[in-house]
Parts: sequence; structure tokens; C-alpha cells
Amino acid sequence: MTACPDKAELLHGLLDNELDAAHARELEVHIATCPVCAEALVELRALRALLADPALRPKAPAALRARILADIGAVDPLHHVSKSQGRPRSRQLRRWGGAGVGVAIAASLLLLMVAPFGGDAALERELVAGHVRSLQAQHLLDVPTSDHHTVKPWFAGKLDYSPPVPELAAAGFPLQGGRLDYLAGRPVAALVYRHGAHVLNLYVWPDDGPRQPAFEARDGYNLMRWRDGGMAYWAVSDVGVEEMHAFATALAGAVAAQNPGKP
Amino acid sequence: MRGDETADRTRRFQDQVLIHLDAAYGLARYMTRDPAAAEDIVQDAFLRAHRAFDGFRGGDARAWLLTIVRNNVRSWAAARRDRAEQALESLPGQGAEIADDAAPTPEAWLAAQEDAADLRALIEGLPPAFRETLLLREMEEMSYRDIAAVTGAPVGTVMSRLARARDLLAAAWRRREAGETR
Repeated sequence: MTACPDKAELLHGLLDNELDAAHARELEVHIATCPVCAEALVELRALRALLADPALRPKAPAALRARILADIGAVDPLHHVSKSQGRPRSRQLRRWGGAGVGVAIAASLLLLMVAPFGGDAALERELVAGHVRSLQAQHLLDVPTSDHHTVKPWFAGKLDYSPPVPELAAAGFPLQGGRLDYLAGRPVAALVYRHGAHVLNLYVWPDDGPRQPAFEARDGYNLMRWRDGGMAYWAVSDVGVEEMHAFATALAGAVAAQNPGKP
Repeated sequence: MRGDETADRTRRFQDQVLIHLDAAYGLARYMTRDPAAAEDIVQDAFLRAHRAFDGFRGGDARAWLLTIVRNNVRSWAAARRDRAEQALESLPGQGAEIADDAAPTPEAWLAAQEDAADLRALIEGLPPAFRETLLLREMEEMSYRDIAAVTGAPVGTVMSRLARARDLLAAAWRRREAGETR
């Protein structure tokens, strides 16, 4: 149960992928012949699995998000909190004072950019159900690869359109792969991205939609929908609205870079 | 136009810094074990970050933000300790829940955690230096190097704290499991 004393800390380095290749190899050779260290590593992996429980990751309360957005002069797209609500501002904020006119302009710009979308409740339910299913079953990925050059051709024989498959690792959303889902009465491309411990499903198919991203919360998940170059995009995840927005921005940039010349 | 600039700055702050709100709150929550204090700390941290944002030139915004959160937690803990010491002058060493120096011995900690209700409480019961290292690694998946930057500790210390934190947690968890099946 207790690893060899000179190996104990190194096992953590191995678990965390922090050892250089030479040390990692050396340790793996040792583990292969030392049942005690092998058992210790199994226990470490079990502990990591325990700690992967999303319930251990507290979410910031919506009211806190709203207060911070108010502090920095932005508007919360989901929670329009009036000034009388919420906790009193901190002393630092009082010193920070009024950012004034710019705040009002920023707020109105954001209001224009982020409007709740009306409507297709049945489709939204389908999308969330698809997202949840992808997390529960072993059906998250049909093509498990981070290489977008592999994912895009994989869809070629299965869909009557070619979805853009951008890699967004630089923006903090590494591509995990793709999957074929059946939604709105047709097969659609589902691209899977990861953001920290969170999974984000992006559904893409040729359709109409709002030009600017629109948000909706449903069953604890955030949905975001927009249109770009004849494609409707629906992102579903439990990441926050800001992350969703960062994702949409990164995606739009990457899609534009893939299609130079197109508006 | 000035308004555009302000809006653009706000947008960039949201995209680069505010996306780490849950990370900031999670760290503050586990370190303070006090939801209200965690909210105040995080709100203040974002104000500080926003004020300093013009000076932030790229890099890892999450590590930058979490460093501010961590410093706020330490200030909060120090203020709390001062108050506690004033109130408990005749009982030196009591009431200092967050001070690194005053951390209980691992054995005492384990004994106190035997009846801990769940893993979250066990994490909250870890000595602070171990707790924050474990959180940054397991919750935020940060590299040792980034954890070292946030906590101001050498990389070697990060690895040994992590090892200690996991050993304590695993031992406490085993005890809890054993108690449940009895």
C-alpha cells in the first residue's frame, strides 16, 4: 500500500504527466516489477477518478456573476439584476467609482449582441438530450481524435453537407472528435470540444438562425445558437455563458480563417 | 471612439478573465470554507483584475486571476486570525484555521476527519498549503509550473505537497469507506 520511499513522490509526477521521458520510462520499468508501487499508482488513479466528480466543483452563484458584470460595466446576458438586488458593493468598488458613460454604452452594446432566442423548445430539448446522452453512454465520439483533418473527411460519406471542423485548442477548447447525431429529423454533425473538466457539444447543420449568438438555459445546461455562412450552430454545455461566448468568438474566427474571401 | 474602446476592453476582460469565474469561486470556497466570504473575495479579486487589466499582457489569465484570489484569501485569513487572537488571547493557537504555520499535524487532522460526511468536507479539512495545491492540480488541471507560479512555492515543493495531500485524502477516504461498511 505504501510505495517504495524513493519512488513515492515520483508516482505523483507520473500520474500528473510531469516526468521527463527518461524518468517516466525508468519508473514504469520499476512499476512493472514492484507490485507495491503498482498498487500505489492504481490507488492514485482511483483517487483522481473520485475527484473528477463535477459535484466537487462549486459553481459561482449567478448573483455573484451579475455583481461582477455590474462592477466591470457589462450586462449579464442571463440575469439582469437591478441595482437594488444583491449584496452591497465592496469598499474597493466604492473607491473604483463610476466608469460612467462608457459603461452605459458597453451595456447597450451587449444588450444588442445577446438576446434570448424565442422558440423552438422541442429542438432545444432534443439538443440537451443529445448532449446528456453523449455524456452518459459511451457514445461521445465516433471519431476520437484531436486532428481536425481526420474529423472533417470522416463526415464526408455520412452527411450531405460539409461542416467546418476548426481546432480551438488555442482558445482553451481542444477538439476531442466528432459524432453523428440525429436531430430535427435529419443526421447532423456533432463536434465535441473539451473545456477543463467540461464537455461542449457543437451541432452544425445547414439552416437559418440569428446572426449574433443567442442564449438559453435549459435543465442546467447552457445552449447557444447562431448562424454563420449558411450553417446553423448550436452549442450545448454546462460551461458558463462567458465561456460559451468565448467559444463562439473563437469558432467564428477560425471558420473565417478557413474560408478566406467569403463574407 | 472612447465608448468603443471601453466596450472592447470589457469584452476582452470577459473573454479572457471572467470565463474563469467558477475556478476563482471554487478556490475561494474551498480555501475559506465560507460561501459568503468566498463571494466577497472573488468579487474583490475581479475588481482588482479589472483595474490591472491594462497592464496584463497576455499569458495565462487564469493563473494571474487565481494568484489574486489566493492573495485575497490569505489577507482574509490573516485578518480573521488577528480577530481570533484578540478574542482568544488566553488560548494561543486556537482559532487560526487557515494559517500555514498553525496547520494541524496530519495525524490530528485524520483523527478529526473520521466522521467526515463526504469527500468535499475531507478536501476542506486538508491543511491549507496541501489543499490549495491539490485544488489547483485536480480541479484546475494546472501544471506543476503554473501551480508554483500561483502559490509562490518551488516546483519540488508543489510535488511533495501534492503527494502529501493525496496521501492524506486517500487515507481519510479509506477510513470513511471502512466505517460505512462496518
